[in-house]
Amino acid sequence: MDKLINDFSVGLFFWQSLLFIALILLLKKFAWGPILSAVEDREEGIKDALEAAEKAKEEMQNLTADNERILAEARIERDALLKEAREIKEEIVNDAKKLASTEADKILLLAKEKINNEKMKAITELKNQVAEMSIDIAEKILKSELSDKNKQNELVAKALKINELN
Amino acid sequence: MHRFLKRDSRYNKMKVNTIIFTLVISVFFNLNIFADEHLSNSEKDIKTEIKETISHHLQDSHDFVLTHGLSFPLPVILYTDGNLDIFSSANFHHGTTPYEVDGRVYSLDHGHIIEASGLHPIDFSITKNVTFIFIVFLMMMFMFIRMAKSYKKNSLPTGMGRLLEPIVLYIRDDIAIPNIGEKHYKKYMSYLLTVFFFIWIINLFGLTPLGVNVTNNIAVTLSLALITYVLTTVTANKSYWGHIFWMPGVPTPMKLLLAPIELFGTIIKPFSLMIRLYANITAGHIVLMSILGLIFIFKGWIGSSLSFGLAFALSLLELLVAALQAYIFTMLSALYFGSAVEEHDDH
Amino acid sequence: MEIPAIVGAGLVVIGAGIGIGRIGGSAMDAIARQPEATGKIQTAMLIAAALIEGIGFAALFAV
Repeated sequence: MDKLINDFSVGLFFWQSLLFIALILLLKKFAWGPILSAVEDREEGIKDALEAAEKAKEEMQNLTADNERILAEARIERDALLKEAREIKEEIVNDAKKLASTEADKILLLAKEKINNEKMKAITELKNQVAEMSIDIAEKILKSELSDKNKQNELVAKALKINELN
Repeated sequence: MHRFLKRDSRYNKMKVNTIIFTLVISVFFNLNIFADEHLSNSEKDIKTEIKETISHHLQDSHDFVLTHGLSFPLPVILYTDGNLDIFSSANFHHGTTPYEVDGRVYSLDHGHIIEASGLHPIDFSITKNVTFIFIVFLMMMFMFIRMAKSYKKNSLPTGMGRLLEPIVLYIRDDIAIPNIGEKHYKKYMSYLLTVFFFIWIINLFGLTPLGVNVTNNIAVTLSLALITYVLTTVTANKSYWGHIFWMPGVPTPMKLLLAPIELFGTIIKPFSLMIRLYANITAGHIVLMSILGLIFIFKGWIGSSLSFGLAFALSLLELLVAALQAYIFTMLSALYFGSAVEEHDDH
Repeated sequence: MEIPAIVGAGLVVIGAGIGIGRIGGSAMDAIARQPEATGKIQTAMLIAAALIEGIGFAALFAV
């Protein structure tokens, strides 16, 4: 301890304190302040950049999710549209079929009716002709039959016979 | 990013190589200085001579001896009895002749200046150590102001800043913030950074063959420790003083007992800072010089080469100690500052 | 018989040596157990060792 006190140099203490305090103050103003603030700024910048990147990534993810959602929606919509179209098509086809069949039926009916009419006409005509022909024949026969007296009597007898029988 | 890392590892390798190279050179030259300094006189006992050389090496001096025969005189500034006397130390002719200023006769006695008529001069001389404090002052100003300027152009450090920035960040992130706290650390950063680099650089100067030992002067370490003490005391909050004078959570008689102990503790803390730095550096130098001195005792090639190897290993250790003591001084200062601004909301 | 002060200083140094040794040993154990906390353990070890070292030096200079 005595050695320490003996060795103590006031001058050295004075200069050391003076220079050291000056060093602290000068470096604080010209070096440490700028260095630390530059480093802090840089760290802040890196932190901000990282945060921004993180945010961008998140946004990107959101965007992808959005895209996927939109795509899914579009798919659903497309499916719905297709389904609807298919339904409409079927409906149209069905309608057309129905229409066609009714139309056909109508035509058939008309045709049948026409055929019937024609048939009736033909039959009537035929009947008329047959009747005419029959009358003609009957006339002719009657003419020939009723040319002599015997034959007239015979006929009357025959007719009477038929009536009797009835 | 990848390129940056690659560049960094190459840089580190370069750094390590440089350090090893410097160290080998340093040991060689240390040895030369040792040989040059005092061992020319063969009449004295060699052991006494080594002892004298070591104690001479540990002492401050009024001239800066580069090698034997090549020395620079330094200014002597004395405050004697109200008079300021300034003259060159060359006037002492290495302590052989006294020098007279206005009737006051000064002479050099084992590195101390004494006055013939019994006056007590206060020595404010620019001694070898003061010169080196000034050199470190200029070096640090140059280095760190340049580093600060480099940030203006580029947000990444360039040149010297690439070496210094990790250390600055280490002091901030691993010494200041954990010990002082996120909230208060900023106002202590200037001191912590300055004290770390100052002690480290000046310790490294002590390992060079220039023969300076600034931190093994109690005046230097006292000055450093005193600044830590003053800063702690000035910036301390109520809770700090509360824990010293009126320890919460203990019975009143204990409080009365604890107050002087705690108060004594606040003085012990900077005292231990002072002694630790002083003693570590002094012990390192004494041991290193003694082992180098063994070379002159053994004289044979086996003993000499053994001593040289040992001195080299010890230089490596001292290189570690130089940084370690700077680290511990900074760390403990930060710890004391932390206790001064700590807010106790528990208890 | 009077015991010289240097013997007391020596005893203190032995004590400090044991103390620092124990800190170092415990730190090694702790590092082996938790290698990821190496940095913190080293810091704590250095501080504790520095405090004990201070006592050792104080004893030496008190002589």
